[in-house]
Order: sequence, then C-alpha cells, then structure tokens
Amino acid sequence: MVRARETREGSPWRGLWVVVAKEMADHLTSARMRFLEFLMVLIALGTIYMAIQNLRAGEEHFLFLKLLTTAQEPMPAFVGFLGFLVPLIAIALGFDAVNGEFNRRTLPRILAQPIYRDALLLGKFLAGLFTLALVLTAIWLLIVGMGVFRLGVPPEGEEVARSLWFLLATVAFGGVWLALSLVFSILFRAPATAALASISLWLFLTVFWGIVAGMLAQVLSPVQFGFPQEILSQANLELTLARLSPNTLYAESVLALLQPAVRALNPILPIQLHQAILGTPLPLGQSLLLVWPQLTGLVAATILLFALGYVLFQRQEIRA
Amino acid sequence: MAEVVIEAENLTKRYGDFVAVDQVNLRLQAGEVFGLLGPNGSGKTTTILMLLGLTEPTAGLARVLGYDPQRQPLQVKSRVGYLPDQVGFDDELTARENLSYIAKLNGLRHPTGRIAEALARMGLGEVADKRVKTFSRGMKQRLGVAEILLKRPSVVVLDEPTLGLDPEAAREFLQIIRDLKREGITVLLSSHLLHQVQMICDRVGLFYRGKIVLEGRVTELAQQVLGGSYRVQLRAEGPDVTEILKAVPDVLSVDQREKSYYELEARRDVRAEAAHAAVSAGARLLAIGLQEPSLDDIYARYFESVGANDRSHLRIVGGA
Ligand SMILES: Nc1ncnc2c1ncn2[C@@H]1O[C@H](COP(=O)(O)OP(=O)(O)OP(=O)(O)O)[C@@H](O)[C@H]1O
Ligand SMILES: [Mg+2]
Repeated sequence: MVRARETREGSPWRGLWVVVAKEMADHLTSARMRFLEFLMVLIALGTIYMAIQNLRAGEEHFLFLKLLTTAQEPMPAFVGFLGFLVPLIAIALGFDAVNGEFNRRTLPRILAQPIYRDALLLGKFLAGLFTLALVLTAIWLLIVGMGVFRLGVPPEGEEVARSLWFLLATVAFGGVWLALSLVFSILFRAPATAALASISLWLFLTVFWGIVAGMLAQVLSPVQFGFPQEILSQANLELTLARLSPNTLYAESVLALLQPAVRALNPILPIQLHQAILGTPLPLGQSLLLVWPQLTGLVAATILLFALGYVLFQRQEIRA
Repeated sequence: MAEVVIEAENLTKRYGDFVAVDQVNLRLQAGEVFGLLGPNGSGKTTTILMLLGLTEPTAGLARVLGYDPQRQPLQVKSRVGYLPDQVGFDDELTARENLSYIAKLNGLRHPTGRIAEALARMGLGEVADKRVKTFSRGMKQRLGVAEILLKRPSVVVLDEPTLGLDPEAAREFLQIIRDLKREGITVLLSSHLLHQVQMICDRVGLFYRGKIVLEGRVTELAQQVLGGSYRVQLRAEGPDVTEILKAVPDVLSVDQREKSYYELEARRDVRAEAAHAAVSAGARLLAIGLQEPSLDDIYARYFESVGANDRSHLRIVGGA
C-alpha cells in the first residue's frame, strides 16, 4: 500500500480547485448555510447594537474592539457567541462531506474521474474553510460598517489589524471543528451519526472539559500544605489540561488579540484574568507573541485531524 | 495481432481471510465486448474496481491500456469510462451541471458542445436543464452513459448496466453497447441477464467464488460444458414415439416433457431423421426445432455440476 502510494504518478492535487469551486457553490446555496448565515447576522446586529448602547457614554481607546467584546446582561458579547456558533457552522459544513457522497452513490463516479482522493478530500476541506472565512469576513465588514455608522469615527489602524488577526484566529478555530466533522463523516456512514458525534464532542469540550481539567489537576497535583508553589503548579496543570481543548485556545487568542491590555495568559487562570489587565496596552506584535502558541496550536490540531481523515479516507472501500 | 487493452495477471483481493477475487487472469483485445457473469458475491465488481484502480489488489497485476491502475490511475481513469452498479448524481444539480462538473474534473477545455452532444445522443436533450432528482432510474442510467461518452474513452466498463431497466430501455442499452463496439471501443460489462450477455458479448468469463471458472466464446463454452450436444424439440400428436426416436442414430436421450412434446439430445443435428422416424411411426408432426446452445443452459449446467461436486464433498467430510 505504502509502496504503491510512493510511486504513483501525476499530481495528487489535480482537480483540487474544481472540487473546491463545486463544493463552495453547494455550501453557499444550501438551505443549511442560509439559515446559519441568517442567525449569524442576527446575532451580530443584536450584540453590536447592545455594545454601542454601552459604549456611547465615555470616549475611549479601541472602541471598535470593544464593540466585539462588550457584553450587556443578559446578552453575551459577540465573541462569546462566536465561540458557540463557529463550531456549529464548521460542523454543519463538514458532517456529511464524505458519507453524503456515499449515500448519494456519487463517490465511485467521482473517483473514476482522473483525480486522486487527496484532491477530493482537501477540496472538500478547503471549500468548507473558505465558506466559513467568507461568512466571517462578511460579518466583520458588517460590524465595521455598523461601527462607523453609529460611532461616527473610523476604526484605527491597529484596531483593523487586531480584528483581522481575530478573524484569522476564528477561521483557524473553525478549521479544527471542520476537520473533526470531516473525520466523523468518513468514519460514520450515517450523516446523522456523524453530526451527533461532532456535537457531542463539542458539548463535552465546551461544558465539561473545564470541570474535568480542574478535577484532574486537583488529583494529579494536590495542594497539601497551601504553599503558593503548590497552588501555582496546580493552576498551571489545570491550564495545560484546559488547553487541550480548542475552545480554550480560541478563547485565549481572542482575549489577547481584542484586549490589548492583556499582558499574560500563562500563570494566571482565565477566570482571574482581570488581574492581568494592568492599564497600558500592549503593541500588536507583543499580543501576537502572546497568543502565537495558541494560534499555532489551533492550526496544528486542524492539520492533525485532517491527516487522520486523509489516512482513513485513503484506506476506505468506496463501494456503498 | 490485436492489441491487448485490459490485462489481469493473478489478480487477487482478500478482505481479511475472505478471498473475494482469487488469482484472476483476463485479457481483453481492443474492440472486444467481454461479459463478466457469475452469482452474487462472486467477485465481478471487485475485479472491476481493481482494474480501475479504485480498490487496491492484494496481489497480482492489472494493466489497462498499458497503464498500471495502481501507479498510474490518472492515466487509466482519463481514458476509461465507468458506469457503477449503483449510479447516483448530485440531485440538486441539473443533468447539464452534473456533466459540467465531470468535464471539469477531466480537464476538458471547451466542454459545452460535448456535453450537449452527449446528452442529445442519450436522448436527454429535453431534460438537460432539469434537476436530476426528478429523473427516473433509466434516465439516471442514461445520464451515466452520457457522462462516459463525454470523456470519449477508449475503454468502457459497465457494472450491471441494465439492472432495473424496463425491457425496452434494456434493449436500447444493448444497442448503445453495440454502437460503442462499432466505434472501436472496448467494453467490459458485468450482468446477470444471460440472454442479453449472449446477444452482445464476444466473449464471457464466468466467476465463481472469486475465480474465473469458464472463459471464452459462448459456442466454445457450450462445447465445453454441454459436451457439444444438440437439442432438438419435437411436437407430434398420435402414438408415443419415445422409443422410435431413441432408435435414431446419434440420439443420446429422449425426454417426453408433455404428452406430445419430446426433447432430444443428440451428437449432431438429427432433425431430418427424427422427423422421418416420427412420421413413419404414424405420428402427426406439428413442429420441430433445433435449440441453439444458450448461455442459460451453460450457466445452469455448470452450476448443476458444481452443486453435485459440493454435495459429494460434503458427503465425504460427513462420512469421515
Ligand atoms: N469491504 C468489504 N469487506 C469485506 N468483504 C467484501 C467487501 N466488499 C466486498 N466484499 C465481499 O467480496 C465478495 C465479492 O463481492 P463483489 O461485489 O465483487 O461481487 P459481485 O460478483 O459483483 O456480486 P453481485 O453480482 O452481487 O454484484 C462478496 O462476497 C462480498 O461480500
Ligand atoms: Mg457487483
């Protein structure tokens, strides 16, 4: 098997962009995506409107970034919603990518064309990613437009740069969930099963992983005498465990990118983050340095998951 | 000497311990129509998939148009048209859009004309812009062939092409296959409809438990399996002429199926002698005919003999 793959002829990416174009067209016209786009626009309008109500009072720095992060009870901030919505959209884009072709019995026909499976799978992944990026960019533009209109001032250069990095981090975060749902769409023949598996994992990581990480840290690194070192090492372990979840990585990235005053993510728990905000904002370069591990972590997780899907798909019998 | 277009040497596919295809050898010459026969699960589809590079052989060698489907699948797949046993399309797209995707995957430069031509030739010109979800099974099957024509292949592989078609549609399909042959295209097809296979195939191969157990022209197989016997049917009223018919030289057996209907098995065409004998004995001869050796007979007779062997095998095991 390995031998055959090493010596096979022709580009593995032949037909890649044909697949990307076809799949993107499918996504953008599907009822599923229209619904999610509608939801997204609704949430953007709602949260930004609320944020603007809150902001108007005092003139401040980084107004635009505050648009994204300001929450008003009972409404969470826009970025808070994104943490939920992006995985959902990514899962919606990927959960029936491969098994859908199986069930429509189109896979043998497509793979009988002169392309490799590599191109088909990567094409499906990229199409999902581009669709996600497209939707997010549209929302981003909408928010910028709303901001300019309501606040009456254009965003500063640094704000634009920071929010673009934020956009990138969001796409990377979506990439993880897209790759995951793609893996499930290869593993499970029934799209419903794949969707359920993806959503279960998402729920687990969102709701329970924080609790599990805390409990594990208590067990593995107990505080026996109440020394600060003990407490710190437990906190560090908990953070390390929490960072196994893409949700944590994303939350940290967003925090540092959108709140220039955040100076550290490491020794302090996310729940105690207000302690890390010490007035003077960091320049963008410094903030980026701070979240670089988080960003690369998201990208690495995406690549690993895609590689897993790739291996599974290469070995799969195409017969329905 | 004609060029060898499809070649298999000891082609083998194992799923775990189960041998789906067992050392199959096959040679198809250019312009030939070859039929794969055999009971369900005997390995026809698996063989086809291996020839197209869609499934990896466990052992053995395949060559299509001089290319190795394992190492050079793109070369093979751009020259071979394949109609899977269960053909499905993107239901949301029109017939034309489906073909357009395939054309792009094949890297065709200006496909519009070719698509229209292929659709028209398959009688789908009128419904070219209808969504495929409104198509009947026969229409989808024809769209599958239109897709093949679009590629202008030199080899066509059809897996049970007439499955589920009404008699008229099936007849049209056979005509299409004949047309392909006339254009010099080599055709490999699998089917359970022996009568159809006999009508269009130059040679056939009979699969049984992953092996090709019989291979050749129908007349050759008849010689081999039926022992070159002739079957004469005779309908005559009046006295019972069984014994008289048996006395005719070269008649091997006489079977009186009904009161006035006899079936003779003979070493040569004994119609004249049998008619004379029956009339001389005072019978009223109503009809006499010679039955061509049919694939149905060959198939049935072959499996009768295999079945007998199997039972004897069981007896030996049981008695030991
Ligand atoms: N993925 C698989 N894993 C295990 N066994 C398989 C797999 N795919 C096929 N088989 C087995 O391989 C054998 C050959 O199947 P194949 O589809 O080639 O038969 P076939 O001759 O085309 O049958 P049919 O006339 O029903 O189409 C069958 O017994 C089938 O159960
Ligand atoms: Mg089959």
